[in-house]
Amino acid sequence: MSALHTHTLSQLAEGLRRKSFSSVELVGELLARIEKSQPLLNAFISVTAEEALAAARAADRTLAAGDGGALTGVPIAHKDIFCTEGVRTTCGSRMLDNFVSPYDATVVAKLKRAGAVMLGKTNMDEFAMGSSNENSFYGPVRNPWNPQLVPGGSSGGSAAAVAARLVAGATATDTGGSIRQPAALCGITGMKPTYGRVSRYGMVAFASSLDQGGTLTATAADAALMLREMAGFDPRDSTSVETPVPDYVAALEEPIAGLRIGVLAEFFDKGLDAENERCVRAALKVLEGLGAKVTQASLPNLPLSVPVYYVVAPAECSSNLARYDGVRFGHRCENPRDLNDLYRRSRGEGFGAEVKRRVMTGTYVLSAGYYDAYYLKAQRVRALINEDFARAFNGVDVLIGPTTPTPAFPIGAKTSDPITMYLNDIYTIGANLAGLPAISVPCGFVQGLPVGLQIVGPHFSEARVLSAAHAFQRVTDWHTRIPVGYA
Amino acid sequence: MSEWETVIGLEIHAQLATCSKIFSGSATAYGAPPNTQADLVDLGYPGVLPVLNGQAVRMAVKLGLAIGARIAELSVLARKNYFYPDLPKGYQISQYELPIVSQGSLEIVLEDGQRKRIGITRAHLEEDAGKSLHEGLPGMTGIDLNRAGTPLVEIVSEPDLRSAKEAVAYMKKMHTLVRYLEISDGNMQEGSFRCDANVSVRRAGAQKFGTRAEIKNLNSFRFVERAINFEVARQIELLESGRPVVQETRLYDPDKGETRPMRSKEEANDYRYFPDPDLLPLKVDAALIESVRATLPELPDQKAARFCSEYGLSPYDAGVLTASRELADYYEEVVRAAPADPKLAANWVMGELAAALNKEGIEVSAGRLPAARLAELLKRIADGTISGKIAKEVFELMWSQSTDADAVIESKGLRQITDSAAILRAIEDVMAKNPSQLAEYRAGKDKLFGFFVGQVMKATGGKANPAQLNELLRNKLCG
Repeated sequence: MSALHTHTLSQLAEGLRRKSFSSVELVGELLARIEKSQPLLNAFISVTAEEALAAARAADRTLAAGDGGALTGVPIAHKDIFCTEGVRTTCGSRMLDNFVSPYDATVVAKLKRAGAVMLGKTNMDEFAMGSSNENSFYGPVRNPWNPQLVPGGSSGGSAAAVAARLVAGATATDTGGSIRQPAALCGITGMKPTYGRVSRYGMVAFASSLDQGGTLTATAADAALMLREMAGFDPRDSTSVETPVPDYVAALEEPIAGLRIGVLAEFFDKGLDAENERCVRAALKVLEGLGAKVTQASLPNLPLSVPVYYVVAPAECSSNLARYDGVRFGHRCENPRDLNDLYRRSRGEGFGAEVKRRVMTGTYVLSAGYYDAYYLKAQRVRALINEDFARAFNGVDVLIGPTTPTPAFPIGAKTSDPITMYLNDIYTIGANLAGLPAISVPCGFVQGLPVGLQIVGPHFSEARVLSAAHAFQRVTDWHTRIPVGYA
Repeated sequence: MSEWETVIGLEIHAQLATCSKIFSGSATAYGAPPNTQADLVDLGYPGVLPVLNGQAVRMAVKLGLAIGARIAELSVLARKNYFYPDLPKGYQISQYELPIVSQGSLEIVLEDGQRKRIGITRAHLEEDAGKSLHEGLPGMTGIDLNRAGTPLVEIVSEPDLRSAKEAVAYMKKMHTLVRYLEISDGNMQEGSFRCDANVSVRRAGAQKFGTRAEIKNLNSFRFVERAINFEVARQIELLESGRPVVQETRLYDPDKGETRPMRSKEEANDYRYFPDPDLLPLKVDAALIESVRATLPELPDQKAARFCSEYGLSPYDAGVLTASRELADYYEEVVRAAPADPKLAANWVMGELAAALNKEGIEVSAGRLPAARLAELLKRIADGTISGKIAKEVFELMWSQSTDADAVIESKGLRQITDSAAILRAIEDVMAKNPSQLAEYRAGKDKLFGFFVGQVMKATGGKANPAQLNELLRNKLCG
């Protein structure tokens, strides 16, 4: 068996069950690819080769005995935001450079239980704050399609690893687009479920009311397979929802004939690159060809989503990151003079510039005298955006538009201008504010760079969103393209 | 002094008697070695999340029902943000704009017997912080997070209290109530029940409140009284010498008996409260309220009223006996076993028993003298076996030897003499030995009657039935 790395996650799970190849063989091949890619792509923060091989051997024994779960022996990677017992969990920050988690995140435990083998922890923007993966303490990740370009963020490591076929599936998190945007920029499939669908327990918090774990894979079918194992109510997460998890894999083949698609007027604004728009419109034609009915839809308050997000997310982040004080874990400065010095220097040294910017913004918008004007107002607008979505879903089953305004941009191009960087998430933030499931699938290329199509559904409509994406992928091949040098 | 009026509001923190912490599964028991009762949630580890303890919610509802308050259908858990080493997350989860309990009240009895209703603005759920330790750690601070995440209910009164005595009466009443409700052990030494006092003064008749100072962390009734009295005197002195009272937080030093500034308003933290996004709004539906209501015990005021009507006690006695549920239960157990004279029972429980308990510094619940035993003693008084005076002697022996009344009466031969012939013999004997006093009495010196009673009692070892003795003696002396 050669070129195992080009298999999809579903094909790997199937091949392992049939014993067409062993998990050890597969893991060995992928570890070699990771090692080779690392100097250029920098997709991983930690590679857990020994543990992975041990887990692969155990998986092979399980498979030999005819046992195993849905993912037994299948290699995956975790975004370094998920706590992994006994393995360093840095969150891309110097603050947690020395932090070895004493427990597994619920997502990690569930995937472990399903049999998945972790190869390592992927690079990311520090504390998931960023859209380019340039905010990592461990250096930027490069886009496999062009190493001069960013892979997107904050789940840039997971996206680059899947795009470069270093691993067939990786976990990721999405607070304002951190799964979908890098998926679009790397030409893969990124699924963000409904808020509350996947447990946040053990996922290092950035903005608690927006953070949601999800998947980065080559295909929607792979996303369905992985999500089915990750999703579900967790008594340790009060915001997780007690709704049964449908069999997303079984629901994939649901036909999309008659599917009512709303095309969001607000997504086709002047910021949208013309070539990107061409790809997205062509994709809509494909879906129409499959029997979907395309109509216009509008979310009048959506243009306010970026300012709302950049009040709410920093506010929550300023509070969530207060626990990194140098007292119990994480970075502690040398020889603190007194308590204030301990706080000031531990946090000053431990956090990077973007994190500091957001902690300060968040502290400001929650302060006495500013709370009403910023935080409260933002929450009100957020409620209006929710209503916009609810109204839109009265007439359509899914909303479709581009994932990002442009394809991947050069490393360093936007680092000096945070506002321009923030606008990269203009099409993705709405789904986070409203807690909706959304997927990004490859829908074309512009000058050799992938473009993403975004499908957003009502709460808990993951099966519908995935089947629509799957239907699209059955008749297109954008998702099968592999960057030169990684095929 | 009289031209100044004192205005006090109390914020009482009562630790809820749940088995586990408010947001984690750690135990809440007091006194464990440092940091052995703190799990990852209490330590505020990356990625962990709080899950609200349902038992704590039920306890807060119980309190709300007992003070006739509004129970919010929907209340919000909020983050109070500030940095401190014993606050692991950098924020305390509390309730801010929408507390679970609001608009209640509690009635206290003033010194002159008048009743006064004290408004309760709100009561909310929150988590306690840990403790900073300095002892035995020169130049360092140790952190013990065992207490972090312990459930508290903070009960905020209206500024309705007008003196330190009223404040203490209110705090005692609340202390009684939370123990009746079994939502807190009320242990003040361990910090399970403590308060902050907001104190200000104003000219009598003034409409506006004066500037207040907040005295933090008072953990005994005595300290509350002393701290408030000191603070009132301090503020009056300032104002009378033309200086302003500064709004600030102060600490009470029990050794020096004074309050000292801790931080001023300018230094006060901006807590940046906002709803905790990790916790959904707290919903309390009618079914939950009713199921909690069904567990409400008879409340102190209801019990006191019943003691008055059922046992004929004075409101004062009923108040004393119902001050703790254990004492009230003990009293009723005594009355059930010796129903002849509930007032006598009250006198004994509040008198001899209370004194004996006090002397040893123990509670009635310690079981030192079972109610059945005290009832036996009262029965011996009622059936004339012993007099009330002898009974006190018997009680002391029962207490010190942990025996029952009959055993003491028998072994010490304390049974009352009710045999008229025996009493008469003693009377005649005394008369014979005191001829001059007899002559004086018969000459009209009535006061000497008491002398003869005393002499006969002495002769009978105090065991003569007093009523019989009086009657027989009077007849005999008259000749």
